[in-house]
Amino acid sequence: MTDIGPGNASGVPPLLSVRQLRKSYRSGSGVLEVLRGVDFDLNHSGFVAVVGQSGSGKSTLLHLMGLLDEPDAGEVHIAGIRVDNLPAVRRDKLRNTDIGMVFQSYHLLPEFNALENVLAPLMVRYSVYEWMRMKKVAHSQARALLERFGLGQRLHHKPRQLSGGEMQRVAIARALISQPRVLLADEPTGNLDEASGTGILDTLCELNRQDGLSIVLVTHDASIARRADRIVRLVAGHVEIL
Amino acid sequence: MYKLLLCWRYLRTRWIALASVISVTLGVATMIVVNAVMAGFAHEMQTRIHGILSDIVFESHSLSGFQDPNWHMEEIKRSGGNLIEGMTPMVAVPAMLNFQVRGQWVTRQVMFIGIDEATHARVSDFGRYLQHPLNRQQLSFGLREGGYDTVDSQADAPGSTRPALEGAGWPYRRMRVERERLWRERLESQSDTTPAGAGAAESPSQPTRSVNDQVEAVLSATAAPEAAVAPPLDESTPAATKKDPFRTARPEEGRVMDLAQEQFTGVVPGIGLASFRDNTGVDRFLVLPGDDVKITFPTAGTPPKAVSDTFTVVDFYESKMSEYDSNFVFVPIDQLQRMRGMIDPQTGIPSVNSIQIKVTPGTNLNELRDRLRKAFPAELYLISSWRDKQGPLLMAVDMEMAVLNILLFLIIAVAGFGILAIFFMIVVEKTRDIGILKSLGASSSGIAGIFLGYGLFLGLVGAGAGLALGLAITLNINTIRAAVEWCTGQRVFDPSIYYFFKIPTIVNPLTISWIIAGAVGIAVLASVLPALRAARLHPVEALRHD
Repeated sequence: MTDIGPGNASGVPPLLSVRQLRKSYRSGSGVLEVLRGVDFDLNHSGFVAVVGQSGSGKSTLLHLMGLLDEPDAGEVHIAGIRVDNLPAVRRDKLRNTDIGMVFQSYHLLPEFNALENVLAPLMVRYSVYEWMRMKKVAHSQARALLERFGLGQRLHHKPRQLSGGEMQRVAIARALISQPRVLLADEPTGNLDEASGTGILDTLCELNRQDGLSIVLVTHDASIARRADRIVRLVAGHVEIL
Repeated sequence: MYKLLLCWRYLRTRWIALASVISVTLGVATMIVVNAVMAGFAHEMQTRIHGILSDIVFESHSLSGFQDPNWHMEEIKRSGGNLIEGMTPMVAVPAMLNFQVRGQWVTRQVMFIGIDEATHARVSDFGRYLQHPLNRQQLSFGLREGGYDTVDSQADAPGSTRPALEGAGWPYRRMRVERERLWRERLESQSDTTPAGAGAAESPSQPTRSVNDQVEAVLSATAAPEAAVAPPLDESTPAATKKDPFRTARPEEGRVMDLAQEQFTGVVPGIGLASFRDNTGVDRFLVLPGDDVKITFPTAGTPPKAVSDTFTVVDFYESKMSEYDSNFVFVPIDQLQRMRGMIDPQTGIPSVNSIQIKVTPGTNLNELRDRLRKAFPAELYLISSWRDKQGPLLMAVDMEMAVLNILLFLIIAVAGFGILAIFFMIVVEKTRDIGILKSLGASSSGIAGIFLGYGLFLGLVGAGAGLALGLAITLNINTIRAAVEWCTGQRVFDPSIYYFFKIPTIVNPLTISWIIAGAVGIAVLASVLPALRAARLHPVEALRHD
C-alpha cells in the first residue's frame, strides 16, 4: 500500500515519509496494536488529510511524524533523512525548527499572552543572550503573523480571554513562527463551531496555496478532509488511499 | 529564555508555592535571630571573662608563690619582647568573707586577690566594672565621700536600680558608727537604770525617736565632722587618715580607732557577694561601701595558718559574670603580701603567685604562650591564655550554638519537604504545559531547568524575606521584648537572672551568608525530584493530560 508520489518519480525525496511504521500500546494485560505497518508520503507543498474512525491511530501517526513519540518499528524520514532514530536532543531541535504542530484543544500556555505564545518556539530555541539580540525581529514577526490572522487587537490577551477560533489561530501562528517545513494539524477544528472551523480551514488552505506550506491534517470529518489535495484513510492500522 | 520567563510567571501566579516558602522564611529568620543573640551572648561573656583575666596569666602552682616579681617580669619581657604591652603582679588565695547582716554573721567562700592599684587597670578591664566613677578612672582602695552610682553604669536603661548606694561611703559609715554608739549608750543606760515593768511598754518608742533625731543630726553635720562628732582622741591622726588611709589601716597596738573617720584596709568585693537582685530589677545590698567585713585567709608559711583581719568595703566589682561577681574580693597587693608574710624580712623582696600579662593588639596569644612556656619550667610555672582558663565554658557555648544551628537547620529541611510536595503538585498541574513545551522542541533538561530555576527563585524569595525579617527582629529585639512584656505583663528577660538590661546581639555577615546559602540550597534540592519527574514526562501523554 505504498503511496508513490510524484516527488519520488522525479527523483526528489518526499518532504516527509513514513515506512512500515508500527506502534502498539500496552493496555492492561493485553497489547493494543495501533499502527501495523503504515507507509505514507507527503510531498513538498502537499496537503494531505488523514481520516479514520476514533481510535484508528490518526493521532498516533501524527505524533510519530512530529517526533513526539518513537515507533516500535519502521522509519520516519524528513527530506530523505531518517529522523526517528536520532538522539533526543536532535529530535527536540528538529521539532523546534522543521515541524509545526496544531492541536484540537489549542494547547496554548495559559501563563503567556497571545504574542508570547507565538514567540514560545523561538524562546525555546534561543538562550537568554541570543534572545535579547533577536527580540525585536522576533516580536515584529510574531506581530505580523497575528495581524495576518486578524488578531492584531488581541496581542496581549491571555488564552482564557480569547475565543476558540482565536486561540486556534494563535496556535497556528505559533506553529508558523519558526517557518517549519511541515505543519501537522490534529483535528484543528474539532472544538470549534462551524463558522470558526471553516475559518481555520480557509487559513490552512490559504497557507498551503499561497505560501506553499506542506500540511498533514488529521480529521474524522470527511467534509473537512475534502479540502485537502489528497485523503489517506487509516483502517485497522493500515493505510487506504482514496 | 522560556525557562526564565516561565519561572517568573509561575512565581507571580502560584501563590501556594509562596506559602510553601514561608516556612523557609521563618526558618531563616529564626536562625538569624538565634545566631545573632547567641553571638551577642558569647561576645558579652568573652568580654567579661577577658575583663578580669588578662591576655596571658603566669602563675605558680603553690599558694606561696614565687619570689621577686620584678625579676620575673624582666624575664618575661625578655622572652616576649615587644609583644608585651603591660604586666601586673597578683596574689590570689582562697579565703572566707564574713560580714554581719542584722546581727547575723554571713560567711562566703571567696577568692581573695591582691592587686596593684597602679598597674592592674592597665592590664585588664578591671577598672571599668567598678561602681564609683572616680574608681573607674583610677582605682583607689580609700573609701570615697559618696558619689557611688545608683544606676548600673553598664546598662543603657535609665532609672535607678541601686537606690541603696545613695549616700554610701563616708556618710554612711559615719551614720552607722554614730548609730551603733547611740544604741550602745542606750543599752548601757538601760542596764544601769533597770527598767520597771510599767515603763517597758513605753520605752521602745521614746528612745527610737531620739535615736532617729540624733542620726538626722549626724547626717546633717557630716559636712563638718570634726566639729560635730565626738572630739578626736588624737589631734594628728584624722588629717593623716584623710590623706592616706593605708598608713593607719592597722592602728598601732593599744590605740583605739575612730571608726567614723578611719577605715581599715580597703577591699572591693564582687557585687554578687554583697547584694542580690529582686524581680523588679532593683539590687538589694547586704553590705555597703563603708561597712567593715572580716576576711580569713591562709598565710604563706608551711603549713599555712588561717589568719583573720578586718577590712572596709570601698567599692563593688561587677563584671556581670556571676562566677566572678560572687567569688572575687580585691585588696591592695602590698597589704595582702604583708598580712600573709610574703615579704622576705631580710631583703624586703615580696613574693606573688601570679603575673598578669597584657599583649599588644593583634598578637597570636597561643604563640606567645608557647614561647613563654619554653622559657620557664612547667614544674614551677603555669602559663595559660585567658581562653585556656575558660576553655570549657567557651567550648560549651560553641557547642550550644552548633547544636542550635543543626536543629534550626532541620526546620528549614522540613520546609524543604513542603516545597517538594507542592512542587510535585505543580508539576502535575502543569503536565499539559510540559507536553506543549516539549512539542515546541523544549528538551528534557530544559524542562527540568524550569523547575530547578523555580526552586531557586522560591528559595531566594524565601531566604530574602527571612533575611529581612530576621534582621528586623534582631535590630529591634529589645523593643519587641518590651512590647511582649507590656502585652503579657510577664518579664521575658529577667534582669535578676541575666544581669543584662538588654539582649545583646551581633550580626555576623558570614553566618548569614551560610544560612541563606543553606536555605536556597535546600529549596533547589527539594525541587530536583519534581524537576526530574517533569523532565521524564512523555510528551504525548503529557499533551493528553487534562
